[in-house]
Amino acid sequence: MAVQATAPGAKRGRMSQRMRDNIAGFLFISPWLLHFFALIAFAMGYSLWISLNETDLFTWKFTGLANFTRIWEDELFWKSLRVTAYYTFTLVPLGIVIALSIALLMNQKVAGQGLWRTLYYLPSVVQGVAVAILWGYVLNPRFGLLNLGLERLGIEGPRWLFSETWAVPGFILMGLWGAGGAMLLYLAGLQGIPTALYEAAEIDGANSWHRFWYVTIPMLTPTIYFNLLINIIGSFQVFTQAYVLTQGGPNNATLTQVLYLYRKGFQDFQFGYASALAWVLFLIIMLFTILVVRSSDSWVHYEGEVKK
Amino acid sequence: MIKEEKAFPAVQSRQGTDWAVIVNKVQSAFGRVLLYGVLTIGAVIFAMPLIWMISTSLKPEGLVYQVPIVWIPPEPQWRNYIDGWTAITPSFTRYYANTIYITVMNIIGLVLSSSLVAFGFARIKFWGRNWIFLVLLATMMLPSQVTLIPIYLFWSKLGLVNTFWPLIAPEWLTNAYNVFLLRQFFMTINTELDDAARIDGAGWFRIYWNIIMPLSRPALGVIAIQAFAWNWNNYLGPLIYLSKPDMLTVAIALRLFETQQSARIPLTMAMTVVALIPVLIVFYVAQARFIQGIVVSGVKG
Repeated sequence: MAVQATAPGAKRGRMSQRMRDNIAGFLFISPWLLHFFALIAFAMGYSLWISLNETDLFTWKFTGLANFTRIWEDELFWKSLRVTAYYTFTLVPLGIVIALSIALLMNQKVAGQGLWRTLYYLPSVVQGVAVAILWGYVLNPRFGLLNLGLERLGIEGPRWLFSETWAVPGFILMGLWGAGGAMLLYLAGLQGIPTALYEAAEIDGANSWHRFWYVTIPMLTPTIYFNLLINIIGSFQVFTQAYVLTQGGPNNATLTQVLYLYRKGFQDFQFGYASALAWVLFLIIMLFTILVVRSSDSWVHYEGEVKK
Repeated sequence: MIKEEKAFPAVQSRQGTDWAVIVNKVQSAFGRVLLYGVLTIGAVIFAMPLIWMISTSLKPEGLVYQVPIVWIPPEPQWRNYIDGWTAITPSFTRYYANTIYITVMNIIGLVLSSSLVAFGFARIKFWGRNWIFLVLLATMMLPSQVTLIPIYLFWSKLGLVNTFWPLIAPEWLTNAYNVFLLRQFFMTINTELDDAARIDGAGWFRIYWNIIMPLSRPALGVIAIQAFAWNWNNYLGPLIYLSKPDMLTVAIALRLFETQQSARIPLTMAMTVVALIPVLIVFYVAQARFIQGIVVSGVKG
């Protein structure tokens, strides 16, 4: 750059560099642009159109916003919203606390860290149908692992997936079993905190609690933020467990939003109504995401920003 | 590493006699015992369902319901695996081949496309970058269900339902989550190396391929592992697009198995083990190479 600046026509050289960067940038992100236009923009437009119709994909009848007013009055929609919100806002905070706690424990100089990491991380790599089926048996009221364990402790376990009250907590336990994935990210974050920060805090007379609260936690907030966003969005779309294990029962106690949408679309063939449900789900997820993103300025700490 | 009270403030030990030291030692010994105790209880809870699964898969049917649980079946029924493998037609051989094909293709596509896009966002200043990135983040909120029906119509109009195309092509166009993750990682890599390479006349692609990619192996490994796990377990996609028995994936076959043979719990568990084994193997291999790597690279950052 310095050499260029002295050369004649330096200004033009700079401009073309900027132009080159523009072109290179768009080339690099072109897979995403293609994804965006084909799989998102076009598909969303089409989906919006479908939501304004009553259709089984063979016959079409334009009904305007009728699907949306119907949702507003739909008992089952509200039920599914309550179920999904209950699931999400219990699982996500609990998951963060548990994953972070395990990471903190493991970050103490423990012997055999590799082994511990494996044990905790393992359940999070196995997911999907296999885990749902496995947990169906773990949560079995009669011979399931969980209730047999509780019995050992003198507690009579609930009927889990067969009980209106306990079915969602059962799903939450299943979700917490996978907390090891986030644990790994926190562990990486913890080990990335420069020791100089702790030493500086110690010189300033900070005790271990202060160091945890004013050094460790702020330095981990970017990781916590990432997990919070991803998990809220992911949990709101919970489907497989409910589909495989309970089909939404008992008495719709596990009717999640996506399961309801699936039921309306692929079982009742009301694709217009299902599309409208998908849009409402989208708006709900967006609302919570914006809340988290907005709040992030006040609690997420980026080390790079301070330096500037 | 941090919380260990190795350097107990000198002020306090000056005030007291040896008591402070003794109390401190007892406390830390107690702390150690507590630490390992909590870790062990947690690990047992986390490991138990998997152990139960393997144990049950080797039991004769009668032993499943026995209380207290028989953890090690006296006569392991290895036949459960053979019987389960061929209990629905075609056999799991076919499901396995299909799933491996889809999964491998998608890992390659996803790692390449995600890293290219993430590099663009992390390193190159181009027109509208921040806005486009904001849009990308916004699309993470978009539930895939919104676009499910239109995309299905798209593939069916092309006559490509009941092929693997609808399951593979989108992965080659990356997704917001992986771009976000990789971009965050690329941003932690010092730009000094880029600058040095630029002075040597390297273009963006060389910087991407020769500098950023080799330095990002841990993060790319994590992406590949997640892509593997996700594709291996993907349920909704194959459910919608693949209906011919010859084309089913392991996940779909497993659910089919569970509904058709629900009374035979040991066989179901055997096939669940079969479905999970590749994930466990990949995890085991990856554990040494990548997961260690991301933790180590965390120290450097």
